[in-house]
Amino acid sequence: MNDPEKSRPAATVSKPAASGRDKSAWRRAGAFILRYREASILIAGILLAIYFQWSSSAFLSKANLQNLVQYSGTTAIIAAGEVLVLVCGEVDLSVGMVYALTPFVMYFTAQAGAPWWLAVIAGLGAAGIVGLINGLITTILEVPSFVTTLGTLFLINGFTLTISGGFPVQPQAGPTFTALFGANPLAEMAWALVIAIVFQFVLKKTRWGLHTVATGGNLIGSAEVGIPVRAIKTGNFILCSILGGFAGIIDCFRIGSVDPLAGGSQIMFMAIAAAVIGGTLLTGGLGTVIGALIGSVVLGILTDGFTLLGVSAYTFDMILGAAILVTMAVNIRLALLRDRGGL
Amino acid sequence: MNGTTKGQEVLRAEHVSKSFGQVTALRDINLTLRKGEVLGLLGDNGAGKSTLIKILTGFHQPTSGQLYFEGKPVTLRSVSQGRALGIEVVFQDLALINEVNVYRNMFLRREPVFGGFLGILNDRKMREQAIEQLNRMGVRIPSVDVPVAKLSGGQRQAIAVARSVYQQAKVLLLDEPTAAMGVKESALILDVIQRLKQEGEVGVIIIAHNYAQIFDVCDRVNLIEGGKITFDKPTAETSIQELTDIVVKEYRNARRDLTA
Repeated sequence: MNDPEKSRPAATVSKPAASGRDKSAWRRAGAFILRYREASILIAGILLAIYFQWSSSAFLSKANLQNLVQYSGTTAIIAAGEVLVLVCGEVDLSVGMVYALTPFVMYFTAQAGAPWWLAVIAGLGAAGIVGLINGLITTILEVPSFVTTLGTLFLINGFTLTISGGFPVQPQAGPTFTALFGANPLAEMAWALVIAIVFQFVLKKTRWGLHTVATGGNLIGSAEVGIPVRAIKTGNFILCSILGGFAGIIDCFRIGSVDPLAGGSQIMFMAIAAAVIGGTLLTGGLGTVIGALIGSVVLGILTDGFTLLGVSAYTFDMILGAAILVTMAVNIRLALLRDRGGL
Repeated sequence: MNGTTKGQEVLRAEHVSKSFGQVTALRDINLTLRKGEVLGLLGDNGAGKSTLIKILTGFHQPTSGQLYFEGKPVTLRSVSQGRALGIEVVFQDLALINEVNVYRNMFLRREPVFGGFLGILNDRKMREQAIEQLNRMGVRIPSVDVPVAKLSGGQRQAIAVARSVYQQAKVLLLDEPTAAMGVKESALILDVIQRLKQEGEVGVIIIAHNYAQIFDVCDRVNLIEGGKITFDKPTAETSIQELTDIVVKEYRNARRDLTA
């Protein structure tokens, strides 16, 4: 009946585009990197690991791998939440302060006589409330999330310092509980992995994830279709805060102490950096939690590797900054290639 | 007054007006749509067509006036509420998500899921039904697995229309459905509208400023000018020439008022 427009071949709808059959291995590898946003950062991570192992044989030792988990585990958990918020087109700057607040709420709840599991829930509940406030201010009052969460960043930091009096505390839970919630490196790694896999699944395979992508990809269009964009954004702010709080709890049990000055902007920026170099767009609509996990590990490898080599923290920050710029530039180029090459 | 009494009234607007702060977009809109009827809503850029569509779907709420759906007064607070009644719309911007593939776009907000509140997407079902629907409508695209960003304007439009038609709508609103299309591609959309008209189950409102393209498919045309409906005739009793004359006369009058 109707001719297909232009010179496009009349492929039927049911047949996926047949491509890559007679391409060389190199071109197929290129196509793989283009298709999977996580691939470029994964390759960067592997190359870094090889380099550091070659420079210092201690890199792949058991003790150092434990360090690596500590460097990247909680960052990955926060980054998972940050990916959700970034994908729906917002940003959460306050999550590092929620990371510091949550263990205190947990500690004081336990001090008041509640069992530890209930204290954990209370802490995460407080984190969720912060997320709810972030979400409502951003969606109802229409304050840009950058400003909203900048405000709550300071607010929560001050609140944490006030309720703690500025002093660290030492939570004393049972040994199993402590090990399960992060004192054991295997447990910390398992949490980071499980959270990354669960939220990757949420983002890619569930209605919530699809609506999150839609909200970030085309806000007006999503509203026109009837997606409750405000609820989606608020929900993702809540999830991000809860994940930030959970990361705080894990680090508190690992270290055995809760410092009101822990985390903060440093860990928040690391989480955003991990998300971004992992392949998540700051402009919304596209993101990957697995990429953010790999991004956290790469940042961990950089921190850990340079520490092993005895590179100073100052140099490290310069390298980290350059790494973010390079990966972002490459990612944007790859995205353009992706759009043009029809991959 | 109306030559084509096709069926029961399905949607009616009475004395609807809409202001955005100081700006009045619609003054006093009276409009009726019957089951199985195709109504052309014509007007120049900025006449208030898109605002009216957004009120009829529940995206905007009227400042004053009343909407009736199947004879009963309704107040639409959201697009979801309008859709629950069976009022479907293809907006001018198509409301497609560029990053999302074709079949997920076609089921956006109505995804078949399993796992209860977990809402795990049933991609296989969506894919199969999307292919079936697009084939039935004669829409040809390279693949339903590609993000819609990869498709041409006409293909995107066709997908947006297919999505709305698929929902068993009682009222279908099309905002500039042929705006981004070549002649062949718009023929495809007009065929679909013709088919809907023959089936007689759905009332269709087509919004357009290029009335030559849609004139043949409409049962009745309304002309909207300066936020008011100034002309309402069955297409059988009017012609493209008459409509053109009205619009040109209006334009000349406006210019004379300006220069005077």
